[in-house]
Amino acid sequence: MSAVRVRGLRKRYGTHEAVRGIDFDIRAGEVFGLLGPNGAGKTTTVEILEGYRDRDGGEVEVLGEDPQRAGGPWRERVGVVLQSSSLYPLLTVRESLRLFGGYYARPRDAAEVIEIVGLGEKADDYVRTLSGGQKRRLDLGLALVGNPELIFLDEPTTGFDPGARRTAWETIRNLRSLGTTILLTTHYLDEAEQLADRVAVLRDGEIVREGSPAELTGGSGETEIRYRLNGDDVVERTADPTLRLNELTGAALARGERLEGLEVRRPTLEEIYLELTGE
Amino acid sequence: MRLFFHEVRAQQRLFWRNREAAFFTFFLPVIFFLIFGAVYGNDYIKKEHVKGSHFLEAGMIGYGVAATCFAGLAISMVVRREAGILKRVRATPLPPLAYVGAVLASTFVVFLIEAAIIILIGRFLFSVGVPNRLLSLLAVLVLGAVCFAAMGLGITGLVRSSEGSSAVINAVYLPMAIISGTFFTPKNYPGFLKAIANVLPLTHFTKLTRDVMLHDAHFWADGSAIAVVALWGAIGLVGAIRGFTWQPRSA
Ligand SMILES: Nc1ncnc2c1ncn2[C@@H]1O[C@H](COP(=O)(O)OP(=O)(O)OP(=O)(O)O)[C@@H](O)[C@H]1O
Ligand SMILES: [Mg+2]
Repeated sequence: MSAVRVRGLRKRYGTHEAVRGIDFDIRAGEVFGLLGPNGAGKTTTVEILEGYRDRDGGEVEVLGEDPQRAGGPWRERVGVVLQSSSLYPLLTVRESLRLFGGYYARPRDAAEVIEIVGLGEKADDYVRTLSGGQKRRLDLGLALVGNPELIFLDEPTTGFDPGARRTAWETIRNLRSLGTTILLTTHYLDEAEQLADRVAVLRDGEIVREGSPAELTGGSGETEIRYRLNGDDVVERTADPTLRLNELTGAALARGERLEGLEVRRPTLEEIYLELTGE
Repeated sequence: MRLFFHEVRAQQRLFWRNREAAFFTFFLPVIFFLIFGAVYGNDYIKKEHVKGSHFLEAGMIGYGVAATCFAGLAISMVVRREAGILKRVRATPLPPLAYVGAVLASTFVVFLIEAAIIILIGRFLFSVGVPNRLLSLLAVLVLGAVCFAAMGLGITGLVRSSEGSSAVINAVYLPMAIISGTFFTPKNYPGFLKAIANVLPLTHFTKLTRDVMLHDAHFWADGSAIAVVALWGAIGLVGAIRGFTWQPRSA
């Protein structure tokens, strides 16, 4: 079953077409990554799915309802992290979680959420005194506190230190294993590679590629081989790395040499991404 | 209902923790009552036929409704809107009207405490009697709170940024408070100021309060004053329905 179904979605701001007829599905229980450069239309798409913005065309179904018209019971099932932090500065972490938890019928315990997002030391400090990354963790906590089936995360780990990012990844994996469906936008390709079952790459309001990270990186068919020859760095791309390596190593051995600095690599998601988005 | 009280409690906490805002909207009317009461509380104001302290007590309640229910409410809602807090609240199952209702109820609680403190200061420092018609007084305070809060929500649509909010809103409500005769009797004002005062809601709210507090009038005694306050409230409500937004304006 699809948790999210999008067909021919369009959104215009004045004369600027921010989203130009995109289609995608998010299956229940999967982590779906939405990638794309600044201004590609990620936030626009996510906020249409959250019910904040009205679309100009196409069909959208989120948990079986049109978010433009969905009400309280639908919001019980959806968690949200907005692109920019949105917190009361004069509540403590715990109070914020209790306040927002109180809006839901079956909330998670505040202490449990504090544990999950790793704010134990700051639980009774005012939000005003938190660092940017700590505020972001509380944003994530507020998205979890209602115990939702589906979570929208718009750049949830921007501003996290590497340790905090790993922790957040762990949290997202745990949520996934509990059956939560997650839509994630991010500028960190490693994050998408680590977390997403499938990704879509958005560029100027259109989806230019969609698939699992492995499909995207494997799909290009090319493997990169690097080595040094007579002191020069050589980079080759080949569709048949087995054959090419055999030739190279055979020739080297025949000359009684070693191939210095030999490296065989699949292109990373980042390289594919940069190619797709033309940056 | 449970959600509503949950939210009112949170709003109370948020109000009292915001020291600067609580100072300007809650304490300042009390402080002005003390200062101006000391300055001319014992003088007899001929044109109003009352002692200064009696005049000032109703005036400071009027100033209080403008500071708390209009200016304080409007500024805090703009700041929350621009910080994305209102937008975030909309993503939860809390009904939007429950949120607005709780904010208004919490503001009213603050205003009631403020009015009570002003009346107690009047009683114990300036020997102004506690008003006889407490129910009529409560009715006037509710009318004022509702109408000024509607105007407060209405004006948020005209303010585009957090930074601009106190500048714009102070520029509206401070002159209004002075022209409306909350500090000094408008009966000494030049004609054009009197004309302006006559159409301002605060003038009529303060008159209603004064009539009930000093002359034991019934709440409904001055229908035209009630009508002016209510009309302004209705204008505020229309402005709020058209201009109040949950999402940041400057983003
Ligand atoms: N409220 C708005 N009014 C007018 N134009 C907008 C509005 N929101 C977004 N846009 C425009 O639509 C395009 C897509 O914006 P969007 O915020 O969806 O991009 P994004 O992919 O989320 O970018 P980022 O990675 O920077 O967050 C941009 O060109 C942006 O300028
Ligand atoms: Mg964005």
